[in-house]
Amino acid sequence: MNRGLPLRFAAAAKSYGEVQALKPTDLEVRDGEFLTLLGPSGSGKTTLLNLAAGYLEPSGGRIFIGERDVTDLPARRRNIGMVFQNYALFPHMTVAGNVAYGLTVRRRPRDEIARRVAAALAMVRLEEYGSRRIQELSGGQQQRVALARAIVIEPDVLLMDEPLGALDKQLRRQVQLELRRLHEEHRRTTIYVTHDQEEALVLSDRVAVMRDGRIEQLGSASDLYDKPVNAFVAGFIGESNLLPAKVTSLEGGEANVAIGAFAQNATVPAADGLNPGDDALLLIRPEHVRIDREGLAAEITEVVYLGELTAFHLRLAGGATLWGRQITNQALQRGMPVKVSWERAAARIVPKD
Amino acid sequence: MKRRHIETLLLLAPAVIFLGLAFVAPLARLFSLAFTDEAGMFSTFSTLIDSEVYRRVMVNTFLVAFAVALITVLLAWPVAYILTRLKGFWFAFALYGVLFPFWISVLVRTFSWMILLERNGPLNRFLINIGITDKPLSLLFNDTGVMIGMVHVLLPYAILPLYGAMLRIDQRLLLASDGLGAGLFDTFRRIYFPLCLPGLVGGATFVFLLSLGFFITPALLGGSNAITLSMLIASFINDRLAWSLAAAGSLILLVIVLALLAVTARFLPFGKGVYAR
Ligand SMILES: Nc1ncnc2c1ncn2[C@@H]1O[C@H](COP(=O)(O)OP(=O)(O)OP(=O)(O)O)[C@@H](O)[C@H]1O
Ligand SMILES: [Mg+2]
Repeated sequence: MNRGLPLRFAAAAKSYGEVQALKPTDLEVRDGEFLTLLGPSGSGKTTLLNLAAGYLEPSGGRIFIGERDVTDLPARRRNIGMVFQNYALFPHMTVAGNVAYGLTVRRRPRDEIARRVAAALAMVRLEEYGSRRIQELSGGQQQRVALARAIVIEPDVLLMDEPLGALDKQLRRQVQLELRRLHEEHRRTTIYVTHDQEEALVLSDRVAVMRDGRIEQLGSASDLYDKPVNAFVAGFIGESNLLPAKVTSLEGGEANVAIGAFAQNATVPAADGLNPGDDALLLIRPEHVRIDREGLAAEITEVVYLGELTAFHLRLAGGATLWGRQITNQALQRGMPVKVSWERAAARIVPKD
Repeated sequence: MKRRHIETLLLLAPAVIFLGLAFVAPLARLFSLAFTDEAGMFSTFSTLIDSEVYRRVMVNTFLVAFAVALITVLLAWPVAYILTRLKGFWFAFALYGVLFPFWISVLVRTFSWMILLERNGPLNRFLINIGITDKPLSLLFNDTGVMIGMVHVLLPYAILPLYGAMLRIDQRLLLASDGLGAGLFDTFRRIYFPLCLPGLVGGATFVFLLSLGFFITPALLGGSNAITLSMLIASFINDRLAWSLAAAGSLILLVIVLALLAVTARFLPFGKGVYAR
């Protein structure tokens, strides 16, 4: 099966006058990889995607698809498949007409078009819908037509800009799994934009976290979760407690830090780019906060039942607060005095920004 | 009958009564005249259809209306497109340029054309000066003059619906087409043009229908060399006092117009969600 081609950004950048929508960026998407761009609004995700697609001209740098330098090629000569947030389906054509479009304008023979359209519709489970009008489809069905239309041309790279943004939560879940299945079957190089971190973790081989036109960190889901490079990434992926701490010494990837809130020193894994004396932030994930026999004195200020898990909010003696999470235990109650411990090896000291 | 229905009827009544008295009744009276000729019920129609003159006028009217609609739409297209591209001051400027003629009486505009198109008028002098022609062209009192005047008056009726249709086209559809590998011509032919079609057909239909019934402009710019149906009907009444012939002529025109509308209505966006995003 066609796996698609790798896509490479070499210092590609885009600015609008003073605004740097994308700062010079190096990025390599491997062939067959599912890479997600994750970041807050205005962080440059769409800009990066549109540069890859050819809808925007970079103001610097080069872009390669496979061995080919496509920087100066318009979208129509790049062999990409694009899925827009609002699908951009052609309202005056049927479902089959939409899916066939890319093949029709490539002047493929009629029987080949019919065959490939049928296969693409089957792939997104819309075999029966070929002759429907676009207006007669639900949001989720339209989304699948958009996907079929992009895939049927066997693009070298598949690009999707918040394709599930318009769907309700339950449907999103379902379509996410569908996308995952399709990707596993076809292994097409894919760049996917979302600002839903859960979606990013479900779908991706790697995730690029973006902020202010820059990729802050690129890595697998577990890289980002366990080893965030800074407080922004730590805060963006998963739940986190971030406590001010001062680096007193560094050695072999670990740092000794003074934690004001706990009135104690501890040795924890350290992110890059820290120096002794720096004011930094200590990251402790809620699942690494434990109610224990001994440890720091605290009071439970809130208990949130999440089903299998229960989250609890603690106020420490010094006034600092922490979120914790553990297997549901009926004994936890608001106002209860407890002792708290935390797992040092799973914590991490990260630069403030 | 349910109470709601009675209320609806009561609410509609004033409008229905007004339309009935002021529009439907006179129209019915007019058309009944068509069947009241002494020579027999349908004699007016056979007179008209047997008359060589009437047939020529009829055909000429439709040809002129068709040509006017075609020229108007061709001219309206670039204007409407440019309107969608302009912003701020230039947009307002261009839009007022399109709408401004609406505020000047058709009579004034038609007289202006008479002056411009005269044998020794500015246009002919200009054409002679730049050497396009050495004899003055006859631009007045023929179909050319009629068409120039009508195109000018009717242009906004084509520009506005077309502009509306173009404005509603989602730009991302064009990007999507491009991304799927379509060249500029394919994108135009398969996406942009079909989505403009309702506006185009709407504008062309307006212009065509309005030109069929145009009176002042053809009467002044065409004179007796370019008689249209409306002029003929007017002359039945004014010169020959033949009310039944005038009524029959009007009825034939109306039937043809309704038939045409029925055909083009398929393309018009009467709540069909053609543009639904
Ligand atoms: N045409 C433009 N002119 C000027 N600035 C622009 C233009 N397009 C985008 N920008 C700016 O570039 C930055 C990045 O925009 P971009 O659309 O890539 O963000 P995004 O990450 O896709 O955000 P969202 O999640 O809201 O879609 C923003 O600050 C935006 O204001
Ligand atoms: Mg965006």
